[in-house]
Amino acid sequence: MNDTNLSAKLNCPISSGEYEKILIAHGGGGILSHDLITKLIQPQFSNEYLDVMHDSAVFGINKQRFAFTTDSYVVKPIFFPGGDIGKLSVYGTVNDLVCAGAKPLYISVAFIIEEGFPIEDFKKVIASMREAAEFARVKIITGDTKVVEKGKGDQIFINTSGIGLVYDEVNISPKNLAIGDKIILSGKIAEHGIAIMSSRESLEFETKIVSDAAPLNGLVEEVFKVTKNIHVMRDPTRGGIASALNEIVKSAKKEIVIDELNIPISEEVKGACEILGFDPLYIANEGKLLICLPRSESEKVLGVIKNHPMGRDAQIIGEVTDQNSVRVLMKTIIGTKRIIDMISGEQLPRIC
Amino acid sequence: MKFIDEYRDASTIEIISQKIFEVTTHNWNIMEICGGQTHTIMKYNLESLLPHNVNLIHGPGCPVCVTPLQIIDKAIEIASRKDVIFTSYGDMLRVPGSKNDLLSIKANGSDVRIIYSPIDSVKIAEQNPVKQIVFLAIGFETTAPATAMAVRLAKQKELENYSILCAHVLVPPAIELLLSSPQNKVDGVLAAGHVCTVMGMKEYYQISNRYKVPIVITGFEPYDIMKGIYYAVLQLEQNKHEVENQYSRVVTNEGNTHAQKIMRDVFNVVDRNWRGIGLITNSGLELSESFSKFDAERIFFLENISTVESNMCISGEVLQGISKPIDCPAFGNQCNPEHPLGAPMVSSEGACAAYYQYKVQTANFNRQ
Repeated sequence: MNDTNLSAKLNCPISSGEYEKILIAHGGGGILSHDLITKLIQPQFSNEYLDVMHDSAVFGINKQRFAFTTDSYVVKPIFFPGGDIGKLSVYGTVNDLVCAGAKPLYISVAFIIEEGFPIEDFKKVIASMREAAEFARVKIITGDTKVVEKGKGDQIFINTSGIGLVYDEVNISPKNLAIGDKIILSGKIAEHGIAIMSSRESLEFETKIVSDAAPLNGLVEEVFKVTKNIHVMRDPTRGGIASALNEIVKSAKKEIVIDELNIPISEEVKGACEILGFDPLYIANEGKLLICLPRSESEKVLGVIKNHPMGRDAQIIGEVTDQNSVRVLMKTIIGTKRIIDMISGEQLPRIC
Repeated sequence: MKFIDEYRDASTIEIISQKIFEVTTHNWNIMEICGGQTHTIMKYNLESLLPHNVNLIHGPGCPVCVTPLQIIDKAIEIASRKDVIFTSYGDMLRVPGSKNDLLSIKANGSDVRIIYSPIDSVKIAEQNPVKQIVFLAIGFETTAPATAMAVRLAKQKELENYSILCAHVLVPPAIELLLSSPQNKVDGVLAAGHVCTVMGMKEYYQISNRYKVPIVITGFEPYDIMKGIYYAVLQLEQNKHEVENQYSRVVTNEGNTHAQKIMRDVFNVVDRNWRGIGLITNSGLELSESFSKFDAERIFFLENISTVESNMCISGEVLQGISKPIDCPAFGNQCNPEHPLGAPMVSSEGACAAYYQYKVQTANFNRQ
């Protein structure tokens, strides 16, 4: 193609390309979500705590450091294989605190309930929350309830906020990521996302895959017993490990290379992803941990994680390189290398 | 996983790669027809396993990409109606029409639903008798039989509230158009394995012979594509032009005759506009007379909609293999998966989206 051709094509300016309304993809954990947060929300509220852009804010009172986080849960269906919206709302917030290096302590809960929602279902949700809080060793100490007219909500939405005490000597931040750091993944990926997908009405797809929803504080406590020298932790929820790793490299301005062969994944999840056309790297987890830590600590920590019931399938999946670029590369299963980018838009099922 | 892992085996693929290096003495342009193949090539960076003189050209086999703008605009107009539940495969929702896309219409309150099978749209029609249910039927010979099944089912159930907006297209006429073009630079073709699963191999003998081009019916795993390329290069180096079946574990000479019969019962072959390419003779399917009451275009009396295509987008050239996505000035700048200017940036099978997902940073890096 020559230049004349090109300039002829450049005559018509295009629209600004900004969306006028919120799309589902603005909540998908990908680039649109990222833009919404960094371009609209963060500039409004900008301050030294928020601007760290971590899952939890860390602040000090006297000599104690606290982590504080909030999250809303709108999962559909509200009951799914391996969990429900109540359990998720406790574990999700617990895990956000854990990834800031904190011991989760107290949680608040706010329900937005749609008129007509069966009391029986509500009982199930709160009973599940109580069990989850006991299991995760946190207390739900304050809350709120609102009811909206039928059709103005979708059964039930839950918001939880949490507060935790940051462990002494622990300093978790993407900025700490260093060349040579190893990346540990605590278990098999994509189970939550596929469990949710397979339980949606429109998808006649039967699997035995259950959500991995689980609190990570027990696992991380074991890690901190052997070392406090952890650079970054993330629970790769929405957007999967691909998005979590991309967020890490963007904050840390480093390059990470992962090895596809070492990424733990079950045969069932692999099969489901093949059929549905999904890339498991982009599928949500709700009980998995990515830990970036110095090479010298990695084998020891891997051993501790593998000894924990929630970390049996843990693997070292990659490392931080000395390259001067900001990206996630993957050595594919066939030995080639490719870039793992952030998810863009929604993962839509392919058609053929 | 069985039937997958053996086709993604590093050492086997390395051996095929070596063989391609050994036999290649000339420059060859090989076109993979199907977007699914383009996706695999990008996902596994197969180009890094090929000699520099084997150049892959990405073909028009992305159904989302070639669905004409007018159909998208019609879909948006129908979907905007309050009495309609509009159903479509997920990829179609973000394809830009002249003014907006189905996803924006959905955000504005229209009932637009993603389905995985056309049969689901028939079920929705049964469950919602007071609504009109419309299915946007797109795709090649691979998805057409499923649409045909759905329409036949709707007829059996005597549904009065079901219709399809039919945009199915056929692959061989498009291959023939590309090969006959004066701008053609394709030396060998990797035909789309799944299309041939349905249609068999027969349609390709004449094309291969007429244009003196090897056509290798090829699968979608890295092994398949490397093997397909090897077969094509070997033929070219030996000055042969035959139809060869790399995907014999699935494709037979006759194809799926049952599916072919359903298609013949339900559809007529017509001329069809392909987005970015233009009118291709005998390349589309429309509902035959006995099923015409399910034709959304007849039900909704759509007037001719005037369409506006982005002048910046070079998707036509990309779809014809004349340009690569990175040749486009808008690629990765004004045009990205969040704000696609052209359909190839939408579907994972579109060459632009595949480049963006897997190669954009490499491309930028290489340009520096």
